[in-house]
Amino acid sequence: MSGGGRIPLPFHDAAALALRDGQLRRNLGTVTGAIRAKRTAVTEELPDWQALRAAGKAIKDHTLRNLGHYLTQLEAAVTSRGGTVHWARDATEANRIVRELVAASGEREVVKVKSMTTDEIGLNEALAEDGVVAIETDLAELIVQLAGEEPSHILVPAIHKNRAEIRELFLRAFELDPSELNDDPADLAAAARSFLRERFLEARVAVSGANFAVADTGTIAIVESEGNGRMCLTLPETLITVMGIEKVLPSWRDLEVFLQLLPRSSTAERMNPYTSFFSGTTDGDGPSAFHLVLLDAGRSRTLADEVGRETLRCIRCSACLNVCPIYERVGGHPYGSVYPGPIGAILNPQLRGAPNDAELPYASTLCGACYEVCPVAIDIPTILIEMRRRVVEGSPRRPRRLSATVEDVALRAAARIFASPSRYEAAQRLARLGQAPFVRKGVLRNLPGQLSGWSESRDLRPIPARPFRSWWRERAATAVEEGEK
Amino acid sequence: MSRSDHDGNRDRGGATAREAVLRQVAAATEGVRDDDPVAAHVRLKRGYRRNDERTREALLDLLEERLVDYGVDVIRTGSAELASVLSTELDRRRAQLVVVPTGAPDAWTAALDGRRTIADGAGGLELDEADATLSGCAVAIAETGTIVLDGGPGQGRRAATLLPDLHLCVLNASDVVALVPEAVARMQLAVESGAALTWISGPSATSDIELVRVAGVHGPRTLVVALVHDA
Repeated sequence: MSGGGRIPLPFHDAAALALRDGQLRRNLGTVTGAIRAKRTAVTEELPDWQALRAAGKAIKDHTLRNLGHYLTQLEAAVTSRGGTVHWARDATEANRIVRELVAASGEREVVKVKSMTTDEIGLNEALAEDGVVAIETDLAELIVQLAGEEPSHILVPAIHKNRAEIRELFLRAFELDPSELNDDPADLAAAARSFLRERFLEARVAVSGANFAVADTGTIAIVESEGNGRMCLTLPETLITVMGIEKVLPSWRDLEVFLQLLPRSSTAERMNPYTSFFSGTTDGDGPSAFHLVLLDAGRSRTLADEVGRETLRCIRCSACLNVCPIYERVGGHPYGSVYPGPIGAILNPQLRGAPNDAELPYASTLCGACYEVCPVAIDIPTILIEMRRRVVEGSPRRPRRLSATVEDVALRAAARIFASPSRYEAAQRLARLGQAPFVRKGVLRNLPGQLSGWSESRDLRPIPARPFRSWWRERAATAVEEGEK
Repeated sequence: MSRSDHDGNRDRGGATAREAVLRQVAAATEGVRDDDPVAAHVRLKRGYRRNDERTREALLDLLEERLVDYGVDVIRTGSAELASVLSTELDRRRAQLVVVPTGAPDAWTAALDGRRTIADGAGGLELDEADATLSGCAVAIAETGTIVLDGGPGQGRRAATLLPDLHLCVLNASDVVALVPEAVARMQLAVESGAALTWISGPSATSDIELVRVAGVHGPRTLVVALVHDA
């Protein structure tokens, strides 16, 4: 159900491919490094950052506990301000609602604001089935769309593309002569500006996501940088906003917390260039018809999960991606979802539970950096461990009720070995003999049988000829001899 | 009609999507819901800063620093010189056709002598032809360098401050607050009355191509703030 409709490779294989892409790794390293440093600076300059984080967590938890109350309140407020609220159990239902609204307008083209939720439900592909073209208006999303690819980062979806590649795309898509466009980012942006300006002025229907929705006033908040959001929210006659049910907040006042947490965590800015707030429709200003589609698609199921439910606090900032040592090396594509990185590793198995998602909780070193930077303090490592436990327990290789996995046996044996110094040393001697055929250039490779999975993705040091314990004993003996002299 | 036609699409149990989602949410929150969500919401701990001790002069300096950091041109002026300052700016930037929102004060209109003007209610194609928009704002946040528009007198429709390439914004010093929570509190009534807000922190920008920051993808490429110290 992720956008694109192609069959994704499992994480393991996709990551191995990504690691061989030098350009991608350089781009990722630069981007994640730069944003990490900036984020640290703009969060540390606030004396009350931790208090904001705590409040953000508390507000989200409170909202989720009372989600039914706030959703009906939001529905009533939006309706009283001239909007129409629709409910969707799943992606198909949400897509059908949007398709019918677009069909009723008679339009063949809609403009879109970058939205992860509509990517999640594959809305563009669904509209294409009706012959409707959804034009992505965020610069990076446009680049990705023109290239026929998937975004590789929540925040900078086109970081895997360099300027020469983007120029080629634009020349073709905007039907320009090569002499009319060079590869300077400012010129490339200007070309996209004039191409999209015409689309904005012609468009009669726009589709957006939502960053937040205020239950008591019916206010939708949309945070952006480029102004394409403002264009979509003010110029067309009809606006359709698709929003996950977990995005609701109780009151206007709560935004004072999230308008500080989100930009500083996301683009590492004190504030993003543009934020739009609107409640239903406004007389003489902006769209005359507003539709809000409230999407469940696995969210209420996640809410029922006592360990996993805190995942729903996520405000999609992408701070966890930029600090993740796995993400930094493989990028977003191997996760096979619009939600990559640490948050994707816990969100995808819960929201959609696709076959490949069972591997995602293992795409982590459990270092905890994601938890530390999360603006709403989602304990990602703990949830990852819980997800791994479920994967193991649900594994078909483990016979139900019958004893143990190979891993269980190995760990029990290890416990016995580590419990006794003599057993430990004996095991070490044995292993030293046994490892010889597998050591190449000082690294253990291609271990046999059940151990092969381990050595495949790790450079293991072999057990040294003289281990620490024997070195220590000899050293102590020498010291005694010298002392006797 | 308040609700979607899709409420008519019932599942096998006979529930509409609305009923099904709300029932699932209710089941998921069984035993953890608050008896009185409003009271529980009021009790939430908010340990962050909600007001600020800095002097007005310090706030204006901070705001200017933040705006300049975003690439905004800031001009400090007194209310007596405002008309000539605006006029000079429009000349300097060769703005001939200027959008002037309803309710613009006389001091601004005096700056428009000899220039063509259009109202903020004009259509998108017309607004797109304009060189500049002159607007006021409701409040500004020093700590984040943010200008807040709420569509009040002299601020115009949202499209008016979006389509022209130059946005010239008049900000009264008395409308500058230090913190985000202060601005949110000031906007409470406007939001409750249904106003649409636009928060602007610098000109439109993108870093989508190789992380190189480019000003002005879609919004105005130039933002000028005239900060009136005695208003």
